[in-house]
Amino acid sequence: MSAPQFEIQLIAVVVAAACALPGTFLVLRRMALMSDAISHAILIGIVLAFFITEDLASPLLIVGATLTGVVTVSLVELLHRTGRVREDAAIGLVFPLLFSVAVILIARYADNVHLDTDAVLLGELAFAPFDRVILAGWDLGPRALFIMGAILALNAAVIGLLYKELKLVTFDAGLAAALGFTPAAVHYLLMALVSITAVGAFDAVGSILVVALMIAPPATAYLLTDRLPLMLGLGVLVGAAAAIGGYWLAHWLDASIAGSMATVAGLLFGAACLLAPGRGLIAVARRRAAQRWEFAQTMLAIHLFHHRDAPDAAEESRVAHLETQLRWERRFAEQVVRRAERRGLIRRDGQTLTLTDRGAQLAQEALGG
Amino acid sequence: MALPELFHDLLFDYTLRTVALGAAILGCVSGTLGSYAVLRRQSLLGDAISHAALPGIALAFLLTGSKAPLVLVLGAAAAGWLGTLLVMGVVRTTRVKFDSALGIILSVFFGVGLVLLTFIQKRPDATQAGLDRFLFGQAATLLAHDVVTMAALGGLALLTMLLFWKELKLLSFDPEFGSTLGFPIRALDVLLTTLLVVAIVVGLQTVGVVLMSALVVAPAAAARQWTNRLGVMVALAGSFGALAGVSGAVLSSSAARLPTGPLIVLCASALVLLSLCLAPNRGIVWNALRQRRNRRRLQVDGEAIP
Repeated sequence: MSAPQFEIQLIAVVVAAACALPGTFLVLRRMALMSDAISHAILIGIVLAFFITEDLASPLLIVGATLTGVVTVSLVELLHRTGRVREDAAIGLVFPLLFSVAVILIARYADNVHLDTDAVLLGELAFAPFDRVILAGWDLGPRALFIMGAILALNAAVIGLLYKELKLVTFDAGLAAALGFTPAAVHYLLMALVSITAVGAFDAVGSILVVALMIAPPATAYLLTDRLPLMLGLGVLVGAAAAIGGYWLAHWLDASIAGSMATVAGLLFGAACLLAPGRGLIAVARRRAAQRWEFAQTMLAIHLFHHRDAPDAAEESRVAHLETQLRWERRFAEQVVRRAERRGLIRRDGQTLTLTDRGAQLAQEALGG
Repeated sequence: MALPELFHDLLFDYTLRTVALGAAILGCVSGTLGSYAVLRRQSLLGDAISHAALPGIALAFLLTGSKAPLVLVLGAAAAGWLGTLLVMGVVRTTRVKFDSALGIILSVFFGVGLVLLTFIQKRPDATQAGLDRFLFGQAATLLAHDVVTMAALGGLALLTMLLFWKELKLLSFDPEFGSTLGFPIRALDVLLTTLLVVAIVVGLQTVGVVLMSALVVAPAAAARQWTNRLGVMVALAGSFGALAGVSGAVLSSSAARLPTGPLIVLCASALVLLSLCLAPNRGIVWNALRQRRNRRRLQVDGEAIP
């Protein structure tokens, strides 16, 4: 692995971690699409700041873009507050408008500079190691690594310092307001973090990947745990895994790194949907199947228990009779009988079934006795 | 440009006529079907569908080697449709919420599309030229037969909507009641989504992935302000969409280097703003006037009391 390869992966992991932290709160607060809106709308901030500074490397671009992110959020809220447009529609109205204005401005006045809309949307991580910070002749490393490292530190610091407030506002905004915290302030702070992260990351990975890394890893973590600290940690881990896995997928296919990272993030999410312990589709299906057999065996035990000492016991205890009595199909009835026998609930003698003591106990428990 | 001259160009200039007609069709279809998305609080579904369509376009090209609009549109529709079904499936079977599911499908499908596009780009025998116009849209490259394809697909979608008018209305306003009446609500949900997918892929190559979602939301959000009746709203949204399309196309022809897609979105947004302010009963100006009138009446009444 060469030095640029290592640096690309390092940058990708830092970007993923920086995105996963605020992303966790977006997912929990059901505002995942705010990341989509912000990451598109910052384009106009970058364009306007560029018109002022005429320098694509200026830090003012980051300031301008972050401000636009916050302005976007306020515009969405303003529109929503008029009571005439729902929140989802408000998001869908604001960011395409800002994006359109930015595209028009670029086409009209900045067509000759390297400020492409595709560069913003798609990003190119492969070029990141070539833009280096050189101080007094010393090569300190890629610029993107410094920017994203600082943003990661900022996100971690803010979330660490305001952990209690963020948690409370996320899970019970009403209580937070009643206790004297200001949910609105926390909300805007979070949105500012999302904006800064999106601005820092778009340069390296493009705005669509920002959305992928902010939403997919925390959502994957959300399927795996019920605890906020674990979800934050798992989100970072899943994001890092997507970053490294995506890099090697891109290497193998000779394709876009950002796209591959999003693909791997999606695959990890899909795997969690299927395999998550307790909550995944497979676990749920297995639990349902187990419950079905458990229920059927209990029914069988109750049935036999009812007719144990009755005069028709011999007739009622036949396997064939279960078909009419419990409305079971023959194959299903046979399987239930076999499973119950294995568990020691019944004894089978040819076609006749007898309840064991354990079976009788199960029936009595089920009947509430 | 003077107004008569503009109308003359609109009728007789081939490029402008084609572009304006295409934009009108796409605005009308997406505005009409967007009404349902807005009413069902799924405004951003359009955004997800348009992003999710990208891998379909790339895959259709990779498999057939053809850049015919119909092939690419079919690929886009298949991928957009699959993406939406996945969103619905994730929401139904896991505890991940609608917004997160939408965000994941949107970005992951787009990422897969990006991988495929760069993969195509690097093959020696093919160029991806013409594929990336789906990303950002190039209305100026619209040809007459593109417009015919758009009109046919869009017309089909609108016709289906009219055929299932009653069912879709029920689905939008009271799906629980609908299922107690025995309507196959989930199948209807899929049908409506399919129609929206058609509307979106029809517009993709004109306005591109990012801006397509605005054309689903804006005309419908504007139309919503003027009426409380579904029929009126759908018709108004279709007209607003068409109006935004034509005016965007005309404006972009009025000066150099004015991209059509963003201008269409700008026009649609202007319609929303106008509607929000001026619409009778719901509009902000209307409301302010009513409040002032009420206050004055109260004051007069108050003075009348001795």
